[in-house]
Amino acid sequence: MKSHTEDDVRRVLTRRGRWGFSEIAFWLVAVATLVFMPDRHLILNEIAIIALFALSLDLILGYAGIVSLGHAAFFGLGAYVAGILAQQGIGNPLIGLAAAALAAAILGLATSFLVLRGSDLTKLMVALGVALILGEVANRMAWLTGGADGLQGVNVSPLLGLFEFDMFGTTAYAYSLTVLFVLFVLARRVMASPYGLSLRSIRDNPLRARAIGIPVNRRLVVIYTLAAAYAGSAGALLAQTIQFVSLDVLAFHRSADVMLVLVIGGAGYLYGGIIGAVVFKILQDYLSDLTPQYWLFWIGLILVLLVLMDRERMVSKARTLWKRTANRLTHRAEPLATTRTAREI
Amino acid sequence: MLRRTVLSAVGAAAFTMALGGAAVAQETLKIGLILPMTGPFASNGRQIETAAKLYMQQHGDTVAGKKIELIVKDDASVADVAKRIAQELIVKDKIVVMAGFGNTPLALAPAPLATQAKVPAVVMAAATSSVTDASPFIVRSGFTQPQVNVPMAEWAAQNGIKKVVTLVSDYGPGIDAEKAFSGTFTTKGGQVENLRVPLANPDFSPFLQKVADAKPDALFAFVPSGVGAQFMKQFVERGLDKSGIRLIGPGDVTDDELLNSIGDVAIGTITTMHYSAAHDSPENKLFVEGFKKAANGLRPNFMAVGGYDGMHLIYEGLKKTNGAGGQALLDAMKGMSWVSPRGPVAIDPETRDPIQNVYVRKVERVNGELYNVEFATIPNVKDPTKATKSN
Repeated sequence: MKSHTEDDVRRVLTRRGRWGFSEIAFWLVAVATLVFMPDRHLILNEIAIIALFALSLDLILGYAGIVSLGHAAFFGLGAYVAGILAQQGIGNPLIGLAAAALAAAILGLATSFLVLRGSDLTKLMVALGVALILGEVANRMAWLTGGADGLQGVNVSPLLGLFEFDMFGTTAYAYSLTVLFVLFVLARRVMASPYGLSLRSIRDNPLRARAIGIPVNRRLVVIYTLAAAYAGSAGALLAQTIQFVSLDVLAFHRSADVMLVLVIGGAGYLYGGIIGAVVFKILQDYLSDLTPQYWLFWIGLILVLLVLMDRERMVSKARTLWKRTANRLTHRAEPLATTRTAREI
Repeated sequence: MLRRTVLSAVGAAAFTMALGGAAVAQETLKIGLILPMTGPFASNGRQIETAAKLYMQQHGDTVAGKKIELIVKDDASVADVAKRIAQELIVKDKIVVMAGFGNTPLALAPAPLATQAKVPAVVMAAATSSVTDASPFIVRSGFTQPQVNVPMAEWAAQNGIKKVVTLVSDYGPGIDAEKAFSGTFTTKGGQVENLRVPLANPDFSPFLQKVADAKPDALFAFVPSGVGAQFMKQFVERGLDKSGIRLIGPGDVTDDELLNSIGDVAIGTITTMHYSAAHDSPENKLFVEGFKKAANGLRPNFMAVGGYDGMHLIYEGLKKTNGAGGQALLDAMKGMSWVSPRGPVAIDPETRDPIQNVYVRKVERVNGELYNVEFATIPNVKDPTKATKSN
């Protein structure tokens, strides 16, 4: 009986771990932008970085239910670690990236014990507090960080010793996109594993999860640390590709923006952050070209409409419609009900 | 046969279109104006944008037979965005010159791009002395903090002020202002105590309490343009206006845009600055009137004059080079001199900073409105930090 369930679970997980057609198409399109949109690489680079940052927030918010308004702490730490390393002569971008991820992971591990106490509101406030403290520390340590004037003289060596970070942002975008993809695949693997499932059960009902024997706190500490490393990597990408770090990287608006991105794209599925980043940045770019003064108004309006119209419902409707059409086209009579059970597992 | 004709026709059409496109591109000169239009420094962006557009309205949009196109971009007061926008303007829009830069970090971030791409950058607002050191392609049309603060220290020393507490925002220009003032004032035999307030979310009250306890002859204050109103409000709340401590500083505190909303508490404040909306000259009258009309009665401040003169610098530079950019434009802008709404200005060819008159002013009520009324002039002041360095 037990082995039967195990087999079931394994089968479902394997199926869900498989790459779908639309997913492959998504990444192909991303690669295509590298070739076919040469004069937009700079903003695409920024989109890739924000997407990675949003992916990081999604890991804790969407999958583990940890609400955080201080995620910029890790992003900023990563940016400063990578920036300062490059400034001090260690210009290899991959070393900088690894160091930034490691530093952010250590901070994530250390603060996870503070953050993962109490209710959602407590978590939110503690995370916010950590980010504020870090921001002030960076401001005070002006001899190291450049303070409010920003970190000057960040010189990043060519990627792999071959590709110079050019004016057009081509190397920058290729680099950021690759890092995003690798980390995305890793996150996808983690989330399709039993560990990922246990996280989701914690999110949906922590008491029940504890009752069936899931070590709730340990799981949360691990995902919080992983998410911190992701955010640190995103920060490092920003510092290395822009070659400048200012106190903004730790500012509250970073944490708020990434939350916004996730709200636009949808939390709890890995593409949410990426789609959100694409939509948010393109909207911002387009609107701020139209009205440099009032674009924030339009972004706000769109956000309100999005939330009011219930994006979840619209997306699920679209998805059902798509599934139905796809089924009809391929004549594959896969009942929708099975998919639903699989999601509930 | 038919196929060949069609093909060659298409080819010819494509060729003409390509040529036509190139010809159009040559006739337009694009100026990228990167400004904080949203975020904490939005008021700087608004002032500069209005002034730049006013300049184009008054002087036409053709220079050396070419059409000028102004592209305004919002950097949201975030330095890395400013850098990305500058990069996009250079590679995508192929601008001949970039301008704007609402504060020091927003100017320092894109500075290396100016050097790499050889695109001159006209800094209209950022006032830290070191900004022009960041790239040989940076030319400044605004002012530097030391430039206006050394005269302040000299004035204070000559007018019976012996003990001063300085209170500055803790970032580039603030520290520049503090150092310039304290350095000069102590060599003149004065006594100084320094306080620094965080740039983000400033709460001045605890610092002002310290000032009240120290009982100096004067409080020297620098806060970025836009925060002045809040500072003055807390200055009054702490009762400092009745304590006999005089308020002195660079003109940022009594910013022309906000002066009326600060109210009567500002009366009597002594500041030194390169521009006042009350400056008495025909050029300034034309500027102020045009600006108010364009901006619904808003009064221009020193940011606006930086934007206006920056455009003048670009226009005259392009006239000299016949529309060419790069090194030629940079060389054309160096050493240029003209009469601006603020008074006579020249660009120092060595440091690429403006050489200009600094005025000592006092806040007074004129025709029912508050103005910084100029009562003494220190002519042709160079940026003192770089002047001492080169000696």
